[in-house]
Amino acid sequence: MDSTDHQSSSLTTYLAVYVVILVISGLQILIAYENIDAYRIFIRMLLLAIIQAGLAVTFFMHMRSEKRTLALFLLPAAVFVLAMMNMIWSDSFRLLNMRPFAH
Amino acid sequence: MSEAHLTVSHSPDMETQEAPAFSISHKKLVMWLFIISDAITFGALLFAYGYLRNATPDWPRPFEAPSVINAYVMTFILVTSSLTMLIAIRAARAGDKSRAMTWSFITVVGGLIFALLHIKEWLGLIGEGLRLFSNPWGSNLFGAAFFSITGLHLTHVVGGCIAITVVTLGYKRGRYNHEDLEIWGLYWHFVDLVWMFVVPFVYLLNIKH
Repeated sequence: MDSTDHQSSSLTTYLAVYVVILVISGLQILIAYENIDAYRIFIRMLLLAIIQAGLAVTFFMHMRSEKRTLALFLLPAAVFVLAMMNMIWSDSFRLLNMRPFAH
Repeated sequence: MSEAHLTVSHSPDMETQEAPAFSISHKKLVMWLFIISDAITFGALLFAYGYLRNATPDWPRPFEAPSVINAYVMTFILVTSSLTMLIAIRAARAGDKSRAMTWSFITVVGGLIFALLHIKEWLGLIGEGLRLFSNPWGSNLFGAAFFSITGLHLTHVVGGCIAITVVTLGYKRGRYNHEDLEIWGLYWHFVDLVWMFVVPFVYLLNIKH
């Protein structure tokens, strides 16, 4: 009954994704040592990590061979929750400016 | 393993089999649902860490080159173990049981090496004075954030090693099939995926400049 019997990608595809993921990890290390402000480092790290995650989900976890409705069911909901929990970042900056326990 | 049957009435000729949702087995769907919920859990933990770090002027940045190299080695081992799990599943799908088991156990060994490197790193940091609620470098929040995020991930790695071992041994006995291996392969790739977020946010953003 499993409609995904054909879902194995070739070993070459897996190896290519594997190498790309490791190269991106190396890039993240280079970015970490760059002399730019923390916010820009953070955004670049986040974008690269999302690309790595996308590759892992698509190829390693075979999402590209699954029915589109499965991806539509799982991923937008997860992304929505992850995005929404970041709604209160303004409070973090408020705490930074208030510095309630500053010596 | 057969799909569940949903009987609409008790008369045998009226028995109806419900099509599996998204054309995947329930076991696989449950694993995906677990993965999504676990991703959100890690997301919450990482967000809480980010929120605290942003609000803390004296956040310590203790990681030097050896820690960064260690983190990359651990990444390499974990991503490679994801690849070996894929090879195992391919072999299982092709019916090559012994090859599937070999690559499955190689995956477990990779996970265990990752865990040992991680514990070694923890012991090093503890030796330098890092505790859950204190450290010699800066804000007391650092230890709790670091140990909770990496500790939860380490728990997932060890749990995955145990699960994959159990399923592989069951696969050998005939209790489980290639799909069960594949389902735990999904879990293992998820654990790898989480690490791809932990390294940049917990290690690389806290490099000593």
